[in-house]
Amino acid sequence: MRDLNLSLNQTQRVRLEAALHELQSLVPAAASAAAVTVADTIPVNQEDNILKYISLSQENTIQEDTISLFVCADELVWCRGHGTSDQDGEVVATLCGVVERVNKLVYVRTLRARYKPEVGDIIVGRVIEIAPKRWRLEINFSQDAVLMLSSMNLPDGIQRRRTAVDELNMRSIFVENDVICVSTILALSVEVDNCFIFCFSDFKSVFAYVVVLTHADTLRVINHQAEVRGFQHDGSLHLQARSEKYGKLERGQLLMVPPYLVKRKKQHFHNLAQYDVDLILGCNGFIWVGEHVLVGENVKTTEDRQKYSNEAENFTPLETRKHICRLANAIRVLSALGFTLTVELIIETAEASVSSNVEVNDMLGAEFYVQTAEREAKRRAALLRKKKGGR
Amino acid sequence: MEYVNPLTGFRVDGRRPNEMRQLKAEVGVVARADGSALFEMGNTRVIAAVYGPREIQNKGQQVNNKEALVRCEYRMAEFSTGDRRRKPKGDRRSTEISLVIRQTMEASILTDLMPRSQIDIFVQVLQADGGTRSACINAATLALADAGIPMRDIVTSCSAGYLCSTPLLDLNYVEDSAGGPDVTVGILAKMDKVTLLQMDAKLPMDTFESVMGLAIEGCKAIATYIREVLLENTKRLEYQRG
Repeated sequence: MRDLNLSLNQTQRVRLEAALHELQSLVPAAASAAAVTVADTIPVNQEDNILKYISLSQENTIQEDTISLFVCADELVWCRGHGTSDQDGEVVATLCGVVERVNKLVYVRTLRARYKPEVGDIIVGRVIEIAPKRWRLEINFSQDAVLMLSSMNLPDGIQRRRTAVDELNMRSIFVENDVICVSTILALSVEVDNCFIFCFSDFKSVFAYVVVLTHADTLRVINHQAEVRGFQHDGSLHLQARSEKYGKLERGQLLMVPPYLVKRKKQHFHNLAQYDVDLILGCNGFIWVGEHVLVGENVKTTEDRQKYSNEAENFTPLETRKHICRLANAIRVLSALGFTLTVELIIETAEASVSSNVEVNDMLGAEFYVQTAEREAKRRAALLRKKKGGR
Repeated sequence: MEYVNPLTGFRVDGRRPNEMRQLKAEVGVVARADGSALFEMGNTRVIAAVYGPREIQNKGQQVNNKEALVRCEYRMAEFSTGDRRRKPKGDRRSTEISLVIRQTMEASILTDLMPRSQIDIFVQVLQADGGTRSACINAATLALADAGIPMRDIVTSCSAGYLCSTPLLDLNYVEDSAGGPDVTVGILAKMDKVTLLQMDAKLPMDTFESVMGLAIEGCKAIATYIREVLLENTKRLEYQRG
């Protein structure tokens, strides 16, 4: 119970254990067998030549036709982000997590770890510093991210060169401690000699890809090594806020959950119209629950009306604030239980709290916590049954 | 004083010479930390919290920008010992142990995977009953693994001593303060490499080897236990996630 300090009584403890036990039984045995800890050997079929390590200096000597799959890199680079290393020809985990096999690539997916950026992620961050032409953001990554003044749309919406005046006015856009929503564009920390060359035997002719494995675990496939040199090597993570939907977040709550609970999806912005609430599930585990704001075309049509009601809009209605708190508490309970956070589950939990007459402040109590666990166990069991029935 | 009963062969707390104290470990005890662990060896009880990898706070400390900076702080809680005494923060003993823990953990962390960042390890002794530095290293390993920081191997540590011409495993406070030799060993469990070896007194070569062998056995037993705890924790997180 990482975030909630609960005092469960005897019955609640038994019920919670039963619910968790059921959850455990629902998971296929293969999944739990794939769990590894630090220094566990990951079995790979050596005869298939699944993985082979060749240092980059040997790259030129590779005979193209004999390759089944070569990962040409310094051995240490191989474990970069992937959670594996090579010890005496064995693949050994360097992290606690779950072994994943994609094609012929073996890696360890971590559970509790800091956020690993991927290009195009939508994240929520907090401004911690204003530097020349850039904002520095705390995003739960191993370094602070950078949002350049040039990589965001100015409030006036005109595309133009950023002038010194703009730079001086940066504080009118974001100041320290603002919570903002952005997307990642570059997550590069690699030097050129750390690149991978992947060759796939499945192709008739062997393609050599230079795969830049960033901090982010991102496989950026670049056809030519020369292109890699074009990137900056300062190791910082660059962000952009090019659309109107990105920007400052106000009138709401920021929740920090472990990033593994947020899955990458097509949609990270959610407008829960029934509550008049916006929900942003940032890939970095920062979740924003706030009052709904109008963006895009809607703004223009409602502009006049907004001017009128500007004074009235200066505060969030009590009803909305209650909804925000309820959703935020639902997320707190779910993340404390370690359930994957999806919009459906969050809404369902919030609805359940309404229907069982749980007050907003009681949602973090032991009883609702146990109830949520039981409900999730039931839900997953039903889901599994449906799946089996479908077959 | 007799530390090993000549008739029964039992030690002062009723253990056999090659018997360890009871181990207990729990992961995820500090809410705001990236990784945390509580580790108990008998009455010695230690809590560790890991923050990071995060942006380097003090750029002056950065040695190079190729690897992560590891920092460690060891503290004894005022209530941890028999006599309640206010301990100054930077006393020599805790500075030394901080250094020892940092070096031991640095040997196992793959620091080159996290350039331009720092990892902070805070270990606090809640109850001191001998072997605190071993317990701290074990707790730090657990906390680092919980924080998802890549490591070469599990580092574990255990102490052994030589009293009443018997090698004794995992000394408690009474045995520790008996003035005999106290060998603290830290190993990388799978790779079978020693990363820490400290001894306070003199020992003949052949005895030393048997004492150290005993300590290594202890380390391995601890490693098995730590891995069990971690595996169970990983499995729990995975099935909860669904």
